[in-house]
Amino acid sequence: MTALSTVRLQREPFDAAAEAAKLTCGRTDVGAVVTFAGICRGDEAGEPIAALTLEHYPGMAEAEIERHVAEALARWPLMGVTVIHRFGRMVPGEDIVLVVTASSHRAAAFAAAEFLMDYLKTRAPFWKQVEKAGAKIWVEAKATDDAAAGRWNKRQAAE
Amino acid sequence: MTIKLRYFAWVRERVGKPEEDIEVPAGVGTVAELMTWLSSRGEEYAHAFANPRVIRAAIDRTHVKPQTPIKGAGEIAFFPPMTGG
Repeated sequence: MTALSTVRLQREPFDAAAEAAKLTCGRTDVGAVVTFAGICRGDEAGEPIAALTLEHYPGMAEAEIERHVAEALARWPLMGVTVIHRFGRMVPGEDIVLVVTASSHRAAAFAAAEFLMDYLKTRAPFWKQVEKAGAKIWVEAKATDDAAAGRWNKRQAAE
Repeated sequence: MTIKLRYFAWVRERVGKPEEDIEVPAGVGTVAELMTWLSSRGEEYAHAFANPRVIRAAIDRTHVKPQTPIKGAGEIAFFPPMTGG
């Protein structure tokens, strides 16, 4: 069976469990599913925030995520990948992003999910703005996220 | 050469508009040269492109480097480092 892949950008919340179930429904060859959800925290740089707004570049965001999903499918023996990224305004506790990977064994599922998240953070055209103490502030990119994405350049798909 | 320019996040806020069609003069050959030329178009552009090294660019929805030629581009976007995920 070929790998199922889904990439979706949406304003609405998503149902992580339902999305994960779609990748395993009706098949018995999947032995591992990794579900990662990124959630809006109630603080940014140690200060409380009221909300988070995600701006994105329509068209490019989908294309960029799909490129990385294709790369993950080429690097690891996956049976399914789902990436959902929300945009618009969300409050602390709400889900922002979902990555689900399915494989016959856990190593590929874990690695591919981490690879996709590292690339989403640094290469997908999304920008976060937080509402903090009545002001709107753009979140600055972190060097640690660049370093996390960079390590995948050196690794091979052997895992 | 007419190119559609798009701006995102604080680049958009500083320029004061999300997009525009501009006539790029001959002699502006690369993404970096385009940023330098844009800076000369007014205070808001000078502010947006004051530190071009932190600004990222995409041509026709693909990431590009400052030295990338702009010849043949339909749409060029400028934005800060990405903070999604």
